[in-house]
Amino acid sequence: MKTVYLDNNATTKVAPEVLNDIMPYFHDLYGNPSSAHTFGGQVGKEINKAREQLGDLLGASPEEIIFTSCGSESDNTAIMSALSTETGKTNIVTTRVEHPAVKALCGHLTKIGYSVTEIPVDREGRLDMERYRESLTPETAIVSMMWANNETGVIFPIEEAAQMAKERDILFHTDAVQAVGKIPINLKNSAIDMLSLSGHKLHAPKGVGALFIKKGTKFSPFLIGGHQEKNRRGGTENTTGIIGLGKACELAAKNIDVENTKVKELRDKLEKNILSIVPNSRVNGGEAERLPNTSNISFEFIEGEAILLHMDEFGICASSGSACTSGSLQPSHVLRAMGVPFTMAHGSIRFSLSIYNSEEEIDFVIEKVPPIIEKLRSFSPFWKKEAHA
Amino acid sequence: MWEYSDKLIQHFLNPKNAGEIDDANAVGEVGSMACGDALKLMMKVDENGIIQEAKFQTFGCASAIASASALTEMLKGKTIEEAEKITNQDIANFLGGLPKEKMHCSVLGQQVLEQAISRYRGEALKKQEGEIVCECFGVTDIEIEKAIKENNLTTVEEVTNFTKAGGGCENCHDNIREIIDRVRAEEKPNIKPKLSNIQKIRMIEETIEREVRPLLQHDGGDIELMDVIGNRVIVATRGSCAGCQASHQTLRFFVELKLQELVSPDIVVEEMTE
Repeated sequence: MKTVYLDNNATTKVAPEVLNDIMPYFHDLYGNPSSAHTFGGQVGKEINKAREQLGDLLGASPEEIIFTSCGSESDNTAIMSALSTETGKTNIVTTRVEHPAVKALCGHLTKIGYSVTEIPVDREGRLDMERYRESLTPETAIVSMMWANNETGVIFPIEEAAQMAKERDILFHTDAVQAVGKIPINLKNSAIDMLSLSGHKLHAPKGVGALFIKKGTKFSPFLIGGHQEKNRRGGTENTTGIIGLGKACELAAKNIDVENTKVKELRDKLEKNILSIVPNSRVNGGEAERLPNTSNISFEFIEGEAILLHMDEFGICASSGSACTSGSLQPSHVLRAMGVPFTMAHGSIRFSLSIYNSEEEIDFVIEKVPPIIEKLRSFSPFWKKEAHA
Repeated sequence: MWEYSDKLIQHFLNPKNAGEIDDANAVGEVGSMACGDALKLMMKVDENGIIQEAKFQTFGCASAIASASALTEMLKGKTIEEAEKITNQDIANFLGGLPKEKMHCSVLGQQVLEQAISRYRGEALKKQEGEIVCECFGVTDIEIEKAIKENNLTTVEEVTNFTKAGGGCENCHDNIREIIDRVRAEEKPNIKPKLSNIQKIRMIEETIEREVRPLLQHDGGDIELMDVIGNRVIVATRGSCAGCQASHQTLRFFVELKLQELVSPDIVVEEMTE
């Protein structure tokens, strides 16, 4: 069975060019970049090249980039660093819709004496900027705010938010894991102090991430060990991951136009058709500025996991914000923060595309999904009641 | 991804008995949209009390749909009395097991069945008894106690898996823990197997020989077991105990307590009257 992969916000396939470039570093060029010999040293050069490739994509200098193991490590590093360098400040400002890498860490921090302010969003997932402004206090050590939401694709006005923090001398971190490679980012002259990204969301392998730390920003390492990354992150470098991430960033810079033209057109086609065929469906965050690849559609009166598993029978991969999918009992905290009604929240499906999706695949999904919705609704106790009313 | 059995997947993809029965005479409806799953059960019971037809409507995940399909399959052809005996574990077993986080789907099946049977019999529906413990999912202490007793649950996580209680804001976790402790404490006496009369008499004899007589003999007294009638233990006092003013105190606060502790809490000790 053919796989139609529309779950690229979960993870992406490694680009063939990336795979090709990193293969030698598994078997022939396996040296340790820290070694004194040429065999290891030549790998070190490739790591520095990757650092430049990341810098080019982000508009940053290579020395502002440290490599980590994943987006979560980058997020943890940024926030924990700020709490250790901003002595005496015990407040963190964040949003209600963050990824668990930030949300769960903040939850943990409240248990050990820190206070966390979560900025709400409106029905479309847009940030309440007035509340944000009011939340910035002299006690605030850091603001941590995602650039684009992983579930809905809704984009926050990060530069504006960072500027407001800067005016108050507050450190600003953004989790840009979903944004990097999908929308243009330029950190040159930006007010952003720290930015997290993850390799496997942009066609690099899993197990590698990076943290941008603006030059001059006070920093305290999270993973303490060897002198790697100029003493900013201990641990032997994930050489293949890092070299792959460098290449992936180079490709992303080239493909960002495709993301915003071809990918966006396919996403729009999928959305438009599904919504026109399936009654009682809506796009979550549809009115807000969004990533070009993400579509979060709610199908009223049915449950998301059931939809996903029916799609799975056709090889269609997506994800859901329903409670049952995750094993928690509450639907997605993002949709709840947006005030999406329960009738809609449990039946939400996230489709997230990549440059590797084709129009045939989208047509296939448009053909297969509506009958699934109809079938599940045919025995939903709420659907009938609604129809009679 | 959940590890579902093949049988569960089959019942999910091609559910049996999905739909409505217009002239159903036993109908139950549980759950709500907010909870994330809801189930309506419709049955047609004939004049002999046999379930001729059973159908369901459900809003829920794959295991909820499969559990409803399984329940209706199990019900067809059964008498109401037989149907009444179906437990949530039976539903899970029918499907080749459920992931532990999904056990509440089978509990929903059992609840809807109970409700449909009560309605069929014309019993006034039990008003919601007990107090709400979990505000998020509206679960009462009585429901939690029932799940703990029937499924032998010991942790908050297990209670959440079976009843959903505690799966939201988690504010009620301490209360759930208290209920678990209370139920476990209440159940302790039942852990002792029921004694046959012969076993009981033997244990009483042993206890008196081992725990009671040596101490009384130490003070120059003694005791003899004369008879056991139900939980009444008839003894005669000997030696310095006989005629001792305090002997009834000894019997009550020493012999009786010892026997209650080591044999059965219902034992009463009486002194033989001439």
